[in-house]
Amino acid sequence: MSLLIGIPKETFAGEKRVASVPEVVVKLVKLGFAVAVESSAGEAANFADDDYRAAGAEVLPGAADVWARADIVFKVRPPTLDEVGMLREGATLIGFVWPAQHPELMEALQARKATVLAIDCLPRQLSRAQKMDALSSMAGISGYRAVVEAANAFGRFFNGQITAAGKIPPARVFIAGAGVAGLAASGTAANLGAVVRANDTRAEVADQVVSLGGEFVKVDYDEEGSGGGGYAKVMSEGFQAAQRAMYAREAKDADIVITTALIPGKPAPKLITAEMVQSMKPGSVIVDLAAEQGGNCELTVPGEAVVRHGVTIIGYTDLVSRLARQSSTLYSNNLLRLTEELCKAKDGNIVVNFEDDAIRGLTVVKEGELTWPAPPPKLPAASTKSKASNAPITAPKGHGHGASEPMSVKSLAIVFGVGALLFLLVGLYAPASFLTHFTVFVLACFVGYMVVWNVTPSLHTPLMSVTNAISSIIAIGALVQIAPPLAEGATDRPGGLIGILAFVAITLTAVNMFGGFAVTRRMLAMFRK
Amino acid sequence: MTSSMATVSYIGATILFILSLGGLAHPETARRGNLFGIVGMGIAVLATVFGPQVSLAGIPWIVIALVIGAAVGLYAAKKVQMTQMPELVALMHSLVGLAACLVGFASYVDTSLVFPTAAEKSIHEVEIYIGILIGAVTFSGSLIAFGKLSGKIGGKPLLLPARHFLNLFGLVLVILLGNWFLNTHSTGVGVTLLLVMTVIALAFGVHMVMAIGGADMPVVVSMLNSYSGWAAAATGFMLGNDLLIVVGALVGSSGAILSYIMCRAMNRNFISVIAGGFGSGGGASVTAADGSEPAGEVTSISAVDTADLLRDAKNVVIVPGYGMAVAQAQHVVCEIVNVLRGQGVAVRFAIHPVAGRMPGHMNVLLAEAKVPYDIVLEMDEINEDFPDTDVAIVIGANDIVNPAAQEDPASPIAGMPVLEVWKARTSIVMKRSMASGYAGVDNPLFYKENNRMLFGDARKMLDEVLGALSA
Repeated sequence: MSLLIGIPKETFAGEKRVASVPEVVVKLVKLGFAVAVESSAGEAANFADDDYRAAGAEVLPGAADVWARADIVFKVRPPTLDEVGMLREGATLIGFVWPAQHPELMEALQARKATVLAIDCLPRQLSRAQKMDALSSMAGISGYRAVVEAANAFGRFFNGQITAAGKIPPARVFIAGAGVAGLAASGTAANLGAVVRANDTRAEVADQVVSLGGEFVKVDYDEEGSGGGGYAKVMSEGFQAAQRAMYAREAKDADIVITTALIPGKPAPKLITAEMVQSMKPGSVIVDLAAEQGGNCELTVPGEAVVRHGVTIIGYTDLVSRLARQSSTLYSNNLLRLTEELCKAKDGNIVVNFEDDAIRGLTVVKEGELTWPAPPPKLPAASTKSKASNAPITAPKGHGHGASEPMSVKSLAIVFGVGALLFLLVGLYAPASFLTHFTVFVLACFVGYMVVWNVTPSLHTPLMSVTNAISSIIAIGALVQIAPPLAEGATDRPGGLIGILAFVAITLTAVNMFGGFAVTRRMLAMFRK
Repeated sequence: MTSSMATVSYIGATILFILSLGGLAHPETARRGNLFGIVGMGIAVLATVFGPQVSLAGIPWIVIALVIGAAVGLYAAKKVQMTQMPELVALMHSLVGLAACLVGFASYVDTSLVFPTAAEKSIHEVEIYIGILIGAVTFSGSLIAFGKLSGKIGGKPLLLPARHFLNLFGLVLVILLGNWFLNTHSTGVGVTLLLVMTVIALAFGVHMVMAIGGADMPVVVSMLNSYSGWAAAATGFMLGNDLLIVVGALVGSSGAILSYIMCRAMNRNFISVIAGGFGSGGGASVTAADGSEPAGEVTSISAVDTADLLRDAKNVVIVPGYGMAVAQAQHVVCEIVNVLRGQGVAVRFAIHPVAGRMPGHMNVLLAEAKVPYDIVLEMDEINEDFPDTDVAIVIGANDIVNPAAQEDPASPIAGMPVLEVWKARTSIVMKRSMASGYAGVDNPLFYKENNRMLFGDARKMLDEVLGALSA
């Protein structure tokens, strides 16, 4: 028997998102689920009831019907207590819950014997969990929207231009906090042509800022600010003083300030003071993404755009909702990925598997039992890292231009020993005429060794073909055999046989001689800058 | 021309040959280097032909032989495709080997040579014996290498049972025959012994190269290059000609150094390459037993998405391998590079020393496709740049980009220097299928999170990428 997924209309004032969009409904049906949608649930995000019907969902007229019939309820905002009252006993709820902020909601859910998966409790440090990370996808949207809102309130171009009427400098955008939202804002603002500067207490995000076209501003103070779970932690007093000085400097120069600093479970840090706002140029804009948690700017009024000291301070708390179609699509994709994890068999049933770190972290209530907060997940990455460092393999470095490390004394001694022995043997038995040739041979080997180490590796193929051509010098051997001026009395020389052998040898080596040089020439002609 | 004049000419030729090799240190001086080689060869041949050791009667024959050889050689040089360079080089090695054999036999049956002492005569015979031995091994080995490289013979190593004993037996036999050969006074018996030894040497050459697999070919080709040099040097000793000795030694040491570089690039011992292919040790099974074999899903990517990634990148590194040569994809690659560079994307090539089937094979292919050589970099020059690279594309290469060489001490290729493409932001591997590389080692790169697989024929896929880029 397949379970019914219910999608009620969001009831929070101003909330335009919907927990599932028609294109995702199709995929949920494919996974074996039945889907019921409350009438006009997607209207604010431009999804009509007919779209849901076409996707295979049933459209129910009232919220009560959806809540009462659904085995699984997909929500965006945490449910109200009234909504929880409508929830069927033993049903599953998936959505944002924020258990720390809503103790009474948690009690109500436990009382309904519900299973609750709070998408906000996802262990974000698991790379496997990224596809379900609704916080990140929503943060990305709010970062984008923040720039759009700022551009709307800002009275100038973002990009610098040189027009017939004069030169326009690019807007300077300062972004406080380079998390997902801050990075999205950096990229969007940089794409509009603004000069982007961003700061974060976590030094490791500097590269990401730069890669998006921004500049990373460091606080002049040494302290590492990585908290856990992708957030920053609260910093020391000395650091904060240095940070304030930097913010004051940046705010004064900036046309647009976007603040995104959040600390989990605490009010947002006040980064931008009233004096800093006062120091900004008239017409500047501050977008405070932390407005819902009290704001990063002292003068922020949550939910409103106000003008203070000539600076527009935007404290909208519904930035994500202002891009309802986009955010609904991303959010429902996150929920779809989660559903796939819960329903590995694709049979329309879900299994809440506590062995799975990601699922364990998400589940805050299981069949009426409180299971929050979850134990920290085991991190597989850390173990592989230490394994790798335990067994470092030293790859031989350097090639092509001489041995990078000198030979060990032992092997050097062996080489010299063997060489000395060979020379001793040669010296004992070989006649003088051989030794002159031998001298030439040994010296030539050394010359070859020295010369060839200088050859650049990219020319190794031409090197081979040219040495090939040169080795056709063996033709000399055949040349002197083919018809030497014979001494008197040497008549029994088998001249004919030798002649044939030598003739063939000359022909063969001539192939090499001409072919080798010609092909080398052809190859080298191709090497060009 | 007097004997002294000939000797002086030989010295000049020797210097020119050394300069010729020295010129290859840089692409800009390389062309001049080749010219030095040609001039040196011309001086050496002319000095010999008009020198005291050749009578007028021989000159017509010499001219005919040279003309025939030149015609064949120049024709081959004009027609050969750059992907076939390894075959051509192997074939030419075999000619040198054969010529060394012929000169050796001719020298042995030549009764006009007189030696003042018995010791000098024995030394001369030893030289003949060794010259023919090396020549024959070079000849048959190069022929087999040619067959393998051109696909006429399968690339799989042929591993006869007890092959090491076969080789050892052959060696002992050759030494015994050599002893007998030195002590015989009859020319007939001597020639027979030489012929028997030649057959053994030929068989040895065939057996040696048959046992070597496709990816070890760079080592074999450079080793045969070395042998052809030693054969020339041995002939020089035989004829008492210093020019041959010097040139043979130059070529011989050049080939030996190349073999050494190739072996080191594969982190393998020269002996083990010659003794036979991978898989003879227990390496592969150890990995499997550990359970540390890479597992997981590979993420595939389409040609259009690849083009998008490339267009958005700032830094691109292309890692070509033998697969690019097989697919004849170098021209398409070059066009893609031109389009990307036109759009301000920095594109470079990373060449592993053993990529392809002979040393420097990839460089020549890219040069043929008109890729400027200053963006074609060696492994050591570019390996540190991968962390700053947005997209690394691997075309038809496998083992040379295998992270197991660094991460898994039990891997059969552990310790082999590899191109660290996985450190790039995204790596794209172009492959026909999920088959493992020559070494038979699975490649954990494919399962890395930032890796994408572009399955299909390299040429066809790159054409599609180019189409999407130009659109």
